[in-house]
Amino acid sequence: MLDLYVEGRSALHRLGPGWKILGLAFSGTVLFAVDHVWLSILWLAISLTLYAVAGLPLWRAWRQIRPALWLFALIFVVQVLLHSWQLGLLVIIRFAVLLLLAGLLTLTTRSSDMIDGLEAGMRPLHRLGVRTESISLAISLTFRFIPVLTSVVHEVREAQSARGLERSVFAIAIPSIIRTLRMSEEISDAIDARGF
Amino acid sequence: MATKDIVLIALFAALVAALGVVPNITLPMAGGVPITAQSMGVMLAGALLGAKRGGLAIVLFLVLVAVGLPLLSGGRGGAGVFFGASGGFLFGFPVGAFVIGYLFDRHIGQPSFLQGLIYVLIGGIGVVYVFGVPWLATVAEITLWQALVGSVAFLPGDLIKAVLTILIAREVRKAMPNL
Repeated sequence: MLDLYVEGRSALHRLGPGWKILGLAFSGTVLFAVDHVWLSILWLAISLTLYAVAGLPLWRAWRQIRPALWLFALIFVVQVLLHSWQLGLLVIIRFAVLLLLAGLLTLTTRSSDMIDGLEAGMRPLHRLGVRTESISLAISLTFRFIPVLTSVVHEVREAQSARGLERSVFAIAIPSIIRTLRMSEEISDAIDARGF
Repeated sequence: MATKDIVLIALFAALVAALGVVPNITLPMAGGVPITAQSMGVMLAGALLGAKRGGLAIVLFLVLVAVGLPLLSGGRGGAGVFFGASGGFLFGFPVGAFVIGYLFDRHIGQPSFLQGLIYVLIGGIGVVYVFGVPWLATVAEITLWQALVGSVAFLPGDLIKAVLTILIAREVRKAMPNL
């Protein structure tokens, strides 16, 4: 299964996903509650240090920010025109820190561990009458279905390209969706037959 | 919820992911403007699966994105995308799918093209922008009005997707009358 996780043995890799999510939420709250540029710069330094601790090279950190660069430029221009360059700087740094930390969470945590964490976190909901095993089933089914449906979409696309329609949204979406919906009947019968 | 509903939710979540993996599906009539089939999945989920199943399918898709699978078109994923400028739009997606589904659910009989289009516009554009625009205004420290003006660039593409959604949903329903 494809995953954005990067193999490693650092303390951050070993830390439980719940703690990392908590740290991310804490950082976001503090950064938005305290509108101070020096605090943001401090947090930026901490974030980059954490990348080093995780053994991730600087280009990994850069890759987290790169997609947002055009937006940074836009925000900075708007803030300079309306308020001050200091506020522009604060907004951009705060933004960059959140992207860096969220990226760090993704890079140092396996998707499967995140899902295990998620399921553990949902367990108390069971007492409130939520059927958490249905949620677990849905998550694992989706994992299994993604490669299946990717090949369905590919097959439909190849079939349509024989007709010169490989770039048509209709010619690809309609048959793919119908095949997907037809599959649901057989699969749910198979699951019920195994006594879920 | 019956097993069939769970399976449908999972299948549709996976379909939305698969539509993002297949590159370069463009629309001939839009003058070559690339349309990612993926963002149409939100509207389709609501229109085809109804409120509860459609909304949950999109929630499930976003959960898998959040835990680090690169499932958004262009191979993006991870917790970071929710903090980005378009994070609010992502949070608006499941609500939008739910609202579209709700409007379709309470409609007696098949809605006409125009009725369906109005439903998709309310949920897929109205509701999604209600989440996306204030979020953009907050992270960028700009006014709501400025954020709205900045989002208008996406409106033509979204309108085309709404029309496509209805055309596709009608064809699919013709083939599968009892979803």
